[in-house]
Amino acid sequence: MGAFDSFSAFLAMGDHGVYVWSAYAVGAAVIAFNVIAPRVHRQRLISDHKRRVRREQR
Amino acid sequence: MWQAFVRWFHKWSSPKWFYTMSQPWSFWLGWAATLIIVSALVWGLMFAPVERLQGNSYRIIFIHVPSAFLSQAIYAAIAVLGLVGLVWKMKLAFFVAKQCIPVGASMAFLALVTGAIWGKPTWGTWWEWDARLTSMLVLLLLYFGLWALHNAMERPESGDRAAAILALVGVVNLPIIKFSVEWWNTLHQPATLKFTEAPPMHPSMLIPFLMAIVGFYLASMAWVLMRTRLEILQRERKSRWVEDELNRFAEGQ
Repeated sequence: MGAFDSFSAFLAMGDHGVYVWSAYAVGAAVIAFNVIAPRVHRQRLISDHKRRVRREQR
Repeated sequence: MWQAFVRWFHKWSSPKWFYTMSQPWSFWLGWAATLIIVSALVWGLMFAPVERLQGNSYRIIFIHVPSAFLSQAIYAAIAVLGLVGLVWKMKLAFFVAKQCIPVGASMAFLALVTGAIWGKPTWGTWWEWDARLTSMLVLLLLYFGLWALHNAMERPESGDRAAAILALVGVVNLPIIKFSVEWWNTLHQPATLKFTEAPPMHPSMLIPFLMAIVGFYLASMAWVLMRTRLEILQRERKSRWVEDELNRFAEGQ
């Protein structure tokens, strides 16, 4: 498998598996934040808008 | 020529025009970024050879350096946009600058955390108060300061101006970050990539490394664009066209 002899060697990363995988886990979390935050913001805009429309109709 | 430029500038500085035109951009930027980042990281993690001195821990470079680059590039963009906003009273420049802040902060955070994780097996310590690490921490704190200024002001326009001024003052930190590895004795190694020299990396490491940098640039542009479009809707919500757009969203649910 590429630069590694086996899948378990890939996971172990020499003896640096903990460092490499925790760094990439934080990377994945930062990417998830950047993808999800705008979606949450969009939902909030829409629900604020709906509330405003309802208030004006009364 | 000059008049054509002024007309072009006015058209693109209109939030409504920008919102309408930029509709397809985040889609394409997002997919290009996903494709490039996934290939770069699969290549970097699985196929790039082991580094002779550092072993496999060097593979952190494929996210550490791109995030560090982006945290500084985005800060520079915020300062330039702030200046444009202050000088030409351009609302859109302020909107983009504001929405750059969370993306830039997340990149500074990622650079610091991956650096600390990489430092442990390489230098034997998570953290050292040396010039490069401290100036990067200052960058993250500047991002927090900018965001706090926006939230502290009653009128969003005051937040725009205050944040632009802080961003311009904080620009001093950028050359400090860049030259910290040359001016002071630090643990951090000097820059791997230089414009004036051939890169000291084998292509099997260099290509995924450059791809990761390009991918992070595209992803950050997509995120800032998505955020800016929402900022436009929020700040212009009293205008007719935004109301129509929000009605369309609400019906689509």
